[in-house]
Amino acid sequence: MTKLLEVSGLTAHYGDFQALFGVDMQVEEGETVAIIGSNGAGKSTFLRTLTGLRPSKGQEIRFCGQQIAGLPADQIHKLGLAMVPEGRRLFRSLSVEENLLIGAAGKRKGPWDLKKIYDLFPDLVAKRNNPGTALSGGQQQMVAIGRALMSNPSLLLCDEISLGLAPKVIKDIYEAVPMIRAQGTSILVVEQDVSQALAVADRIYCFMEGRVSLTGTPDSLSKEQIANAYFGIGEAA
Amino acid sequence: MVWINSIVQGVMLGGLYALFAAGLSLMFGVMRFVNIAHGDFIVVGAYLILTFVVSWGLSPVLGVGMVLVLLAVAGYMNQRLLLNRVLGKDILPPILVTFGMSIIIQNGLLEVFSADSQKLQTGWLETTSVQLGDQFAVGLLPFLMFMTAVAVIGLLQFVFYKTPLGRMLRATSDDPEIVPLMGGNNAHTFALATGLASLVVGVAGIWLAMKTNFDPAAGPARLLFAFEAVIIGGLGNIWGTLLGGIILGVAQTVGAQVDAGYQILAGHLAFLLVLVIRPTGLFPKVSH
Repeated sequence: MTKLLEVSGLTAHYGDFQALFGVDMQVEEGETVAIIGSNGAGKSTFLRTLTGLRPSKGQEIRFCGQQIAGLPADQIHKLGLAMVPEGRRLFRSLSVEENLLIGAAGKRKGPWDLKKIYDLFPDLVAKRNNPGTALSGGQQQMVAIGRALMSNPSLLLCDEISLGLAPKVIKDIYEAVPMIRAQGTSILVVEQDVSQALAVADRIYCFMEGRVSLTGTPDSLSKEQIANAYFGIGEAA
Repeated sequence: MVWINSIVQGVMLGGLYALFAAGLSLMFGVMRFVNIAHGDFIVVGAYLILTFVVSWGLSPVLGVGMVLVLLAVAGYMNQRLLLNRVLGKDILPPILVTFGMSIIIQNGLLEVFSADSQKLQTGWLETTSVQLGDQFAVGLLPFLMFMTAVAVIGLLQFVFYKTPLGRMLRATSDDPEIVPLMGGNNAHTFALATGLASLVVGVAGIWLAMKTNFDPAAGPARLLFAFEAVIIGGLGNIWGTLLGGIILGVAQTVGAQVDAGYQILAGHLAFLLVLVIRPTGLFPKVSH
């Protein structure tokens, strides 16, 4: 497998506050990788820095072999990196279908088109002309995922896609992950729900206070190791 | 009968005000940005058509095309090179910059064209009338002006709701931070919005030149009428802007019918009345 994303020593600051301390990460082609960690661990900051929403000039972020640090977000997107933002952020004056079509503005070629998205999320077909924000939370999340897929990304970043949703709805949403993967799209999910992350990921990274506190495959990690890395329990021992 | 005639004339005049207002409404809708030099750009459009057609002797069709292209390109470049730099959370910098632009344009026009009042003579267009039923006739020029306004507003509505550009403009208006994650380039989208608005400014300037006398200082009053039409109609509603223009125009012509000195005052009073009764305008934006 070839490396899709390679991040070395990534740092991020909000004024005097340092949010990330030298994070290293790789995602291989065809992989599903999960980042877990509690609130404030730096997960969303990490994704926002990758996508160009936060400044990254002078850092080391390679995507498909190309250095993307410092590029504007729209150019990074055109290279094949798409994100489902936290809180879904659908465009309120656009219908469901228009929200999906906006995702295809970059005109990248690939397997995803409107028909494929409706096959993946059949609930959206009947709602295609409704305003995106008039849908239930789960359906809105489907639109947000579909919108990102419409750009035919090589790597799909999902930021807290289970946040605020009922367990049944979370299950429905996560059922789409293997189908997305089957189309050749690699996935990087940021998730607070550890069991969901372990269920879908090939590898996980656990973040704590802006650092990678643990990494490995779900099978190779014990519950204790994850709890320690997630909450910092036993650090003093 | 004179009252009905006043109202009909007011509706036609409202078309001109809607043309003044449409560009302003579009820029505010997409960028939440008020261009204080809007009226001055309309006057620039009027001087350009006068120069091309009268001074240079070009054909009217070529002259109109040149005004529209020049203003659209200038609008795009102005946004891309200057206005995008001052757009942000603070609304004051763009207001100050466009206020400065307004002063520069007025003084530039004064330098080039002098303070003399000008008008584009349209010959037979001005003296021909259109029969509306048995009892009414309206001048061909005001009638065409009104129909232009309807066409321009209809075209803007089409662009906004039926084209990929319109989709991107609406998305950028909703959430500019997230649009780059969809591959949108905000600087380019904002510049396209201003380019489109400037095209409409060109149309408004050409009709201003044909309809009335103008001079280098005529811009601020056009801005005021544009503001009033946008606010009466309701911010962000394109057809509302047309109705806002019509209400302003009718108020002015009916006021003038009472006493010639009341024309402008009546328009301002109608605006004030709408502000008191419905501060969001008569037809505020409805999400579809």
